[in-house]
Amino acid sequence: MAANEAELRGLMRAGLRGDAAAYRALLSRLSANLRAYYKGRLARIGRSATEAEDLTQEALMAIHTRRHTYDPDAPLMPWVHAIARYKLIDHLRQTRALMKDMPIENAENILVQDDQVGTESAYDLKRLLNNLPDKMRHSIQSVKLDGLSVAETASRCGMSESDVKISVHRGLKALMTSVARKRSA
Amino acid sequence: MKTDDLIDMLSTNVEPVDHRQIVRSIGIAVAASAAMAVAIVFLVLGPRAGISSYAMLVPALLKVAVTLGVLVPASIYLIRLARPGGETRTPALLVAAPFIAVIVLAALSLTFAPSTHWSGAILSDEWLECVISIPLIAIVPFAVIVWVVRQMAPTDLARTGAFVGLVAGCVSAIGYAVHCADDSVPFFALWYGGTIALCTVAGWKLGPKLLRW
Repeated sequence: MAANEAELRGLMRAGLRGDAAAYRALLSRLSANLRAYYKGRLARIGRSATEAEDLTQEALMAIHTRRHTYDPDAPLMPWVHAIARYKLIDHLRQTRALMKDMPIENAENILVQDDQVGTESAYDLKRLLNNLPDKMRHSIQSVKLDGLSVAETASRCGMSESDVKISVHRGLKALMTSVARKRSA
Repeated sequence: MKTDDLIDMLSTNVEPVDHRQIVRSIGIAVAASAAMAVAIVFLVLGPRAGISSYAMLVPALLKVAVTLGVLVPASIYLIRLARPGGETRTPALLVAAPFIAVIVLAALSLTFAPSTHWSGAILSDEWLECVISIPLIAIVPFAVIVWVVRQMAPTDLARTGAFVGLVAGCVSAIGYAVHCADDSVPFFALWYGGTIALCTVAGWKLGPKLLRW
């Protein structure tokens, strides 16, 4: 972990400056850490691997939308761990009520979940995107999924560049919130 | 959704971010709410009589200075708490030091005064106004600072809420000091300290609801 720290922090700093390749590498590395963390914690209380993947994705979204709260002079992993732990506690608090409501014979269904499906979360990105306002959905589709630049998106959608940036930022935040809501609903 | 797809999406066209944004946003929020609190007191309650004279201005400034002694470290702690994991670096009691000093001073001044003067020093005409005004004036600063901190990522919501309440209470007390005409140390210790503590407790209770992200 200590050897990783310096390397991951370097990736994070580059990512904060807008280096997409470094940022992608960072998120893949962190996703492995997060998955192990959540699987370990959730398996102990008999929760499925899908749930661990849900949380991994939620934590990645949180890391992304809150990356401005990372202080580049501080170690990275305590910051990541604090976010991971916060999302875990939040998740457990929200699902506690659901677990209580479940009839006891159904509890086995959770335990026999196949680990193979653990590679995908229960979230459907298309459906989540469809719930966003048009402006946010178009901006995310174009900039984050189709990979067009902000300038191209702006001229294609007839919006200003700062408008596109703000829509992407707000849209991703809204995605994270809707993911959290969907689970508690 | 596959996690790799999500990572692709998040890292495509990633925008550079300014990590100093947190310090700036909270700094601006606190300064703006302080200005707002002073303005509200000026317009609604009016400044204390003769505030332009030294004899009235100096005690008012003293009250402001002691409150600033709490507000400044509290704001610095709030900046730490707004970051994930920041709660491990905030020895909370240190912030109360200026008020603890004032309480000691107040206790000393009371022991040197005859007990018949005690009620005059503590329960002057203004105590009720003070108790009502400071929490009321704190509402808007509290809302503003909550809104700003919600854009960040506090992971200890109760403690962060308490610090938001503390900062809002101090900001409000600074505004109220422009109007307040009672300069006795026990009065200041009890009613300013008490109402600011009340704001802190309110923030502590509301934090987990208001600051969730």
